[in-house]
Amino acid sequence: MGERTVVLGVIGADVHAVGLRILDYALRSAGFDVVNIGVLSSQEDFIKAAIESDARAILVSSLYGHAELDCRGFREKLQEAGLDNVLLYIGGNLGIGQKNWEEVEKKFKELGFNRVYPPKTMPDEVIRDLKKDLGLDK
Amino acid sequence: MKAIIFDIGSTFTKGVAFDLDKSEIIGRAKYPSTVNEDVTIGLQNVISEIERQTGLNIRDFNIKKATSSAAGGLKIIAIGLVPDLTTEAAKKASLGAGGKVIKIYSYELTSSDLDEILYLKPDIIILAGGTDGGNRYYPIINAKKLSRLPLNIPFIYAGNKDLQDEIKNIFLSNSKEIYITENVMPEYGVINIEKVQNIIREVFLRNIIHAKGLDKVQEIIDGIVMPTPLAVLKGLESFSEIYGECLLIDVGGATTDVCSVAKGEPTQNNVILKGLKEPYVKRSVEGDLGVRVSALSLFESAKKDIIKSFSHDKVKVIEEKVKFLNINTSYIPKNDEDLHLDAILAYFAVKIATERHVGHIEMVYTPMGTLLFQYGKDLRELDKVVCTGGPLIYNPYRVESLKGVIYSNDEPFILKPKNPTFYVDKEYIMFAIGVISEIYKDKSMSLVEKYINKV
Repeated sequence: MGERTVVLGVIGADVHAVGLRILDYALRSAGFDVVNIGVLSSQEDFIKAAIESDARAILVSSLYGHAELDCRGFREKLQEAGLDNVLLYIGGNLGIGQKNWEEVEKKFKELGFNRVYPPKTMPDEVIRDLKKDLGLDK
Repeated sequence: MKAIIFDIGSTFTKGVAFDLDKSEIIGRAKYPSTVNEDVTIGLQNVISEIERQTGLNIRDFNIKKATSSAAGGLKIIAIGLVPDLTTEAAKKASLGAGGKVIKIYSYELTSSDLDEILYLKPDIIILAGGTDGGNRYYPIINAKKLSRLPLNIPFIYAGNKDLQDEIKNIFLSNSKEIYITENVMPEYGVINIEKVQNIIREVFLRNIIHAKGLDKVQEIIDGIVMPTPLAVLKGLESFSEIYGECLLIDVGGATTDVCSVAKGEPTQNNVILKGLKEPYVKRSVEGDLGVRVSALSLFESAKKDIIKSFSHDKVKVIEEKVKFLNINTSYIPKNDEDLHLDAILAYFAVKIATERHVGHIEMVYTPMGTLLFQYGKDLRELDKVVCTGGPLIYNPYRVESLKGVIYSNDEPFILKPKNPTFYVDKEYIMFAIGVISEIYKDKSMSLVEKYINKV
């Protein structure tokens, strides 16, 4: 663990577990140490897991349309916890309808997320970005 | 085969003698502990009395062992990183080893924390923090700070395994005694407390008995083998071998202990387990609930409900009585009124301690409908409860006190047993059964069958 540790989970009252399993498998196969905290996780659950495991990135999944509400204040809480340098990614159905992806992306970037992924993103893309952002792609 | 088992307590040294072939108690005695002068005086008095009762000599006993809760018990300070993760795991490990957790700390120790640690005079400090491969900062910085304390006690490190060598060196270079063991939380959410508990026991046997001046007893008996609370827990495990999953309540003057030997898995559909997984054998101790030293703090926390049991004009009298009990810690109730008050205090000690031990369900309203989160053990279907401790063994009103264990429809989310059968440790020998269980499991079970009876 260490520089390859990431925390993975589904935020809020969301119980969609399938995508999480796929991501978990893909990330492990790509050599990451995955702390999968499962579905129905609160911001605090993510943060506590990141502290204990010394994670470099938190990957948030949300499929049920309430991501914005669930993620407000997340970045600020990370700062409070001394985790300023932890990367924050999110992916899934991030807004009901999601008519204009640029708007959705902008909204989550403003909330402090480093990367924002629309539905149907393949794990490879996330892994590529992670390696790049963590400086592991040498 | 004959056995004699002692409990060297803070106030009394007790001894019970058994004929193990007949599964029978053949003698018993108690005498004030004389730990401050010479612990062997109290012990010798108990032995003489039992020798007189049985007509045997101490040398005739094949097993001569003791447990101890003397000199304040086994005082442990547990330090972790996140309060409800590694700190909680370290605390659970300490309690399950029969320790008395006098304080817990999370994150980085401050200078006032360190002052407090010195003031509290622990017997052992357990340092945890970080999953394996996880956080490095906190365990290291706390190890450095702890190792510089003018404190000559054993330290146990049970945190992030990557740091084991480094932590060991930090303590050794400051001439401290350090034991390294497996992480209490090797992975997020996974609790691993057995190894650290074994180390605690080992340290107890090797250091603490000596440090507390108890090693003199080794000249008379085979030795002190474990802290008394651990012996009680082992006695309960013998009980569970016969009767299955069970709960034990031990109400004392200063504390109320609750132990469960149970999985506590959800008993209803649609609940989602949250929080740290509980150990199968779980012990919790409430230092603010008791019927003597802790009577006042118990009274304060349940005053509104306690005074309901009395007429209005009596409240002042009751309050004075509680203050009296708080100071006169060896007071034995004499009249009906005192017995009644003790039973009421015991009821609330039982009720609150059980509530804190068992799990609870939290209802969450979400766009996906109502969700039920279960934290801790669901013991609603558990049907055997063992009670021990003075107020639950000797008080004629104890049946009333025991009602505190039972699930209430008024608090449907507190997962206490719904319809338990009560058993009582009427001879006060649970600790002795625990000691014997480590030597002859079957004999300890025979004793359970004979002496731990339905109320």
